[in-house]
Amino acid sequence: MTTYYSKDHEWIAVDGDSATIGITTYAQEQLGDVVYVELPEAGKALSQGDEAAVVESVKAASEVYAPIDGEVVEANEALVDEPAKVNEDPEGAAWFIKMTVGNSDQLSDLMDEAAYKAYVETL
Amino acid sequence: MAETVADEDLKQTPLHDLHVELGARMVPFAGYSMPVQYKAGIMAEHQQTRTKAGLFDVSHMGQALLTGPDHETTARALEALTPSNFVELGHGRQRYTVLLNDEGGIIDDLMVTRPLSEDEDGKLMLVVNASRKDVDYAHLRDRLPENVTLDVIEDRALIAVQGPEAVAAVAAHAPQAADLGFMSAAPMEFDGIDCHVARAGYTGEDGVEMSVPAGAAEAIARALLADDRVEPIGLGARDSLRLEAGLCLYGHDIDETTSPVEGAITFCMQKRRREEGGFPGDERIQAELENGPGRVRVGLRLEGKAPAREGAEIALPDGPVVGTVTSGGFAPTVGAPIAMGYVPAEHSKTGTPLELIVRGKRLPATVADTPFVPNRYYRKPKA
Repeated sequence: MTTYYSKDHEWIAVDGDSATIGITTYAQEQLGDVVYVELPEAGKALSQGDEAAVVESVKAASEVYAPIDGEVVEANEALVDEPAKVNEDPEGAAWFIKMTVGNSDQLSDLMDEAAYKAYVETL
Repeated sequence: MAETVADEDLKQTPLHDLHVELGARMVPFAGYSMPVQYKAGIMAEHQQTRTKAGLFDVSHMGQALLTGPDHETTARALEALTPSNFVELGHGRQRYTVLLNDEGGIIDDLMVTRPLSEDEDGKLMLVVNASRKDVDYAHLRDRLPENVTLDVIEDRALIAVQGPEAVAAVAAHAPQAADLGFMSAAPMEFDGIDCHVARAGYTGEDGVEMSVPAGAAEAIARALLADDRVEPIGLGARDSLRLEAGLCLYGHDIDETTSPVEGAITFCMQKRRREEGGFPGDERIQAELENGPGRVRVGLRLEGKAPAREGAEIALPDGPVVGTVTSGGFAPTVGAPIAMGYVPAEHSKTGTPLELIVRGKRLPATVADTPFVPNRYYRKPKA
């Protein structure tokens, strides 16, 4: 399994032709206390850059974008009841969606952990 | 997600270094670098203020002094620009008001205090919104009579301490603070430093706002933060606290197009002024008082968990759009999303079902009484 990162602060853990997507610790810190999460239905087709989910903190709403093309397999419904999980374990239990890898070439547009870390340092 | 800002263009308050030391996330606000939250986060800061006490740096707000030959002259000069009664404002009393444009729209909302000492008769102290300072001062200078002058106070900071334990924490350093009634003010020493303390605020809680010498602001803030009951609170929680308290944020819930009647802040208009008029836009405002306004600001409670924010459309159930949300978000003490916005008067009754349109979805909501959380302003026991 390999984990990639987007400039929009999503992580995508790829295992064969399936991927798990969430937001990074940096994104969680920037958002602050998460109070609401809106997730897509299973089966929804997403293109790279589409709005995949919405995450809202006390102060603002932010979109979570699909980092690659694919189809939503499962959404993490636990986040709907307990949005604060996004603050507690953003890169683990608080994943947002599992999706298919529709186009593995798009993974090369993303960063690896070291590159993402360096990117966050510049912000 | 992160905004890039030319930090060097931002002004700093006298507490800037303390905010940074305390781990605040600084953001641009009304031309200042201000703390939006500290390490605890908005939710914890909000609850801290509701249950104990929070310290807010509000030094970005404008402090100014009107000076005329006697109280009546200065009060009448301000009455000509606002719908409030200042002639009969007592010594050491404070009043919320609005500067009106000639159409009866709101140029700014502000606090006005008459000094406690009779020696200072002829003076009125103003605290105005940071974002409106330049507009307000230009307007006042343009409209005030020659014998009433406006002096902008640049050498003082403003610190708010809010929450059920706020006054006790302040009184440990300034014992006279405990004797102030709500919307009263007095000069007093805080650990020997000359301050001006008002029992007021913008959170719905008991508390004070202290005008302090800029050079002493950090020492005063540190003395208060050394108290276990007090934690620093950023602008994020200030916004969720005032929203729950049903209080307007200028430029969002009220602006140059909204009248005080539409804005549902007619409590700033005392009886004599309502009857006599004699303020800018009095024709419109008196007609709205008489016949009701066309649109009015209401509180809104959402049924689901999704917040509706500023700009969301307000619609009738399965019907047309009738208004707009002006403030909204998750309310930590209510534990649910709330909002405020304008609707036609005929749809403004408490309990009216409406829909708020968020990302194309219609979210069920109901017109609600404000404040959303009961006010806990201090009422002095009758002697």
